[in-house]
Amino acid sequence: MLAPASPAIAANRFGLGARPGELGRIGGDAREWLRAQLRGAPPLLAGPDLRPAAQTLAQALQLRRDIATQKRAARLAGVRAAEQAMKLGQFLRPLYVSEATARLQQAVGTERPWVERLTQFWANHFAVSVDKQLLAGLAGAFEREAIRPHVLGRFRDLLVAAETHPAMLLYLDNYLSIGPHSPGAERLERRQAERRVGINENLAREILELHTLGVGGGYTQGDVTSFAEVLTGWSIGGPHGRFAGGGEPGQFVFRSELHEPGAKVLLNTRYRDGGIEQGLAVLGDLARHPSTAHFIATKLTRHFIADEPPAAAVARVAGAFVASEGDLPSVYQALLEAREAWVEPLSKYKTPNDFLVSAYRGLSLPVEAGNGALAPLELLGQRTWQPGSPAGWPDRSPDWDGASALMKRIEWADQLGGRLGSHRDARELVPQLLGANLSEATRTAIARAASPAQGLTLLLAAPEFMRR
Amino acid sequence: MSSMRRRDFLGLSALAAGGAFLSSRLALGGVSGRDSRFVLVILRGALDGLAAVPPYADPDYARLRGEAALRAPGIPGGVLPLDGFFGLHPSLSFLQESYQAHELIVFHALATAYRERSHFDGQDVLENGSLKPHALQSGWLNRALTQLPGPAARVPGVALGQNVPLVMRGPAEVSSWSPSKMSALDEDTLARITEVYASDPLLSARLADALAADAMMATHEAAMEQPQGVGGPAPAGAAQAARARYAQTVEAAAGFLRQAHGPRVAVFDTTGWDTHVNEGAAQGQLAGRLKGLDQGLASLRQQLASAWADTAVLLVTEFGRTAAINGARGTDHGTGGAAFLLGGAVAGGRVIADWPGLSSRALYQGRDLAPTLDLRAVFKGILAEHLGVPPRALEDSVFPESASVRTLRGLTRT
Repeated sequence: MLAPASPAIAANRFGLGARPGELGRIGGDAREWLRAQLRGAPPLLAGPDLRPAAQTLAQALQLRRDIATQKRAARLAGVRAAEQAMKLGQFLRPLYVSEATARLQQAVGTERPWVERLTQFWANHFAVSVDKQLLAGLAGAFEREAIRPHVLGRFRDLLVAAETHPAMLLYLDNYLSIGPHSPGAERLERRQAERRVGINENLAREILELHTLGVGGGYTQGDVTSFAEVLTGWSIGGPHGRFAGGGEPGQFVFRSELHEPGAKVLLNTRYRDGGIEQGLAVLGDLARHPSTAHFIATKLTRHFIADEPPAAAVARVAGAFVASEGDLPSVYQALLEAREAWVEPLSKYKTPNDFLVSAYRGLSLPVEAGNGALAPLELLGQRTWQPGSPAGWPDRSPDWDGASALMKRIEWADQLGGRLGSHRDARELVPQLLGANLSEATRTAIARAASPAQGLTLLLAAPEFMRR
Repeated sequence: MSSMRRRDFLGLSALAAGGAFLSSRLALGGVSGRDSRFVLVILRGALDGLAAVPPYADPDYARLRGEAALRAPGIPGGVLPLDGFFGLHPSLSFLQESYQAHELIVFHALATAYRERSHFDGQDVLENGSLKPHALQSGWLNRALTQLPGPAARVPGVALGQNVPLVMRGPAEVSSWSPSKMSALDEDTLARITEVYASDPLLSARLADALAADAMMATHEAAMEQPQGVGGPAPAGAAQAARARYAQTVEAAAGFLRQAHGPRVAVFDTTGWDTHVNEGAAQGQLAGRLKGLDQGLASLRQQLASAWADTAVLLVTEFGRTAAINGARGTDHGTGGAAFLLGGAVAGGRVIADWPGLSSRALYQGRDLAPTLDLRAVFKGILAEHLGVPPRALEDSVFPESASVRTLRGLTRT
């Protein structure tokens, strides 16, 4: 017999923040409200400004080559060509802004906020970061193309889509990874004798450490190296660097000439010599591995229940992962049914993204085009797709609850309150947004606010709004 | 320098240049030869009228206000003189000079028709111009803008602030101007957030840390500016930012109103008047705020320059505060309060108040100054005579259901 499920927890913790009237609409069966969102295909984003990653990448690489050519020509002519470097940024930046804005609009407007939060969770799990310049034009497309379509599917498919996406291969440098005994390596070494070519282990390590087994999940350094060999040849089409053309520009291509030949042993399993199938087989086994189930379950329960994930909940979610062979809706169902998810409200400190999106949803704010809506995210410390590492954004209170970060939220809330003034009534909104989580102290403070603007500031600054 | 008590003020209309003469002028639209400007300043949070304009000669005043009671003029810590019965808070020196120059009318014991004590609803009624909160979605001043006589060539009004307040919303198009985005968190808001965080160990600790860091920065910056040594406590960042924002707003208002074809009506608001705790007396929290307000008004006059002669500035608040001081050395929400009409166009140098007294019997619900004048009477008077809004429009659209509220005439010079 499950404990009664609070609509406020459903909308604010599982979802992205209640909208006015939403708690009433969720009504008595909050779990069903969540379950219903898992039905049907996942929402995809499309729009004239949202371009395929391949197209953007092909153009960006071409632009980069042109810039390099111009720089060389300028050097030869004794002329400075400083502004060339700006051009790539100028090309990529508007793409970033369109994509990040579209994502924010989706988060603010969606009627399936749980699916949207899960999408953001997975995009963060398979994190890329735009501090690597080219990723500014690709991170959004990566989320749309590799993550979104698989959020309600199987983990294996999500894993393969993420690891074969050009954005990931670029971000973790795999497209540069050459098997030392591959035909391509031998040709290159003959040509550039002093320049060693070799394997780049980055992608292999992060797949094991961050995407599947997790630290302590049972892999060794030897496994990392083997896996890196398996992944040689997983590359990007079109001419770039030292490589001749091949494959569609900007798209995934398996370059057999770069692949390290031979069977590989990884996690005590032997993988036959083969092309791309060798890597796919490894990914399939990683997806099925019990450590992966445990690692994913831990991250999910940390995200949806508490910074210190309760062991029983982790076990149940991992069990669902294993029993269903990675069917993600079954895994989400186990989360939904975890008793622990419903007993302790406000156990998670909101990230800046959580805080901003829930404010926009709660106050029915339109998302402005251009950089307007993105600037606060940056100000509050969570620039979209810029976690700075493949580990993605962290997920514990101490990572986000700093003093000056809090002050920035309060100042932002104050500005927003001032802008809205009496256009919104915080007294009416606060019970609609917080439901049973609303404390008497907060309710009274808002009722006694000296002006409507101050009421809104107090709503957004309230302890119950700082958490989910 | 006369002031009204009891029913005398009803005879005020006789002071104006004759009712008939005025109406013929109204037909031409406003007072001829004058390019009238009107500024409405909303003091949000319920200004304590009994502190801003102490009725020091009232027999019950000192008892009700205890330690916070201000002395008579001439005594140290005493009020600035007005008419022998009322005084001005010592911080309001520019207002007092204006009074002496016949450019200020002080109103007392007035209120809107609203009798509950919620800031939100009180401000709504103050701005919507009717009897109840949320009765209308537009403001009385915006509706009045549609009735201004003369050519409709320019946008008549400007709202200065981060949002367009209700009083300026409605059918008439208004300009809008915002101060630049500086950190503008005011001390009162910060105090309330601190209180709400009291039961949350994490947030209260973090907030305290952040404020301590800010204070250190402010002290450091102040020290940098005064190499001889820091003289006294440095102003907190929030107060500085608020003052800067107010100064910007005053400058912008003056700028707009002086433009040859610019708006003639401007509105802005100030906050921090909700003095429930430690209100202070001649010195203290409220005294500091009143001083800031007063200095801003002086600056407005200076920046309006020659336009000041045609200007009327009305300062209003949603309601007054309790007659007695509460247990936290502050005051709670009340009813009757004070208002000010200031400017070169004002027929000033008097206090308009039908004073009910402060005896227990006289207090409204045994606690508040009873209102004896409806604020709408003042609004109507200014709109009719200073801005030329036809009386019919005042009764029909600008202040619906206000037939019983008589226009207070003669507030501005002819």
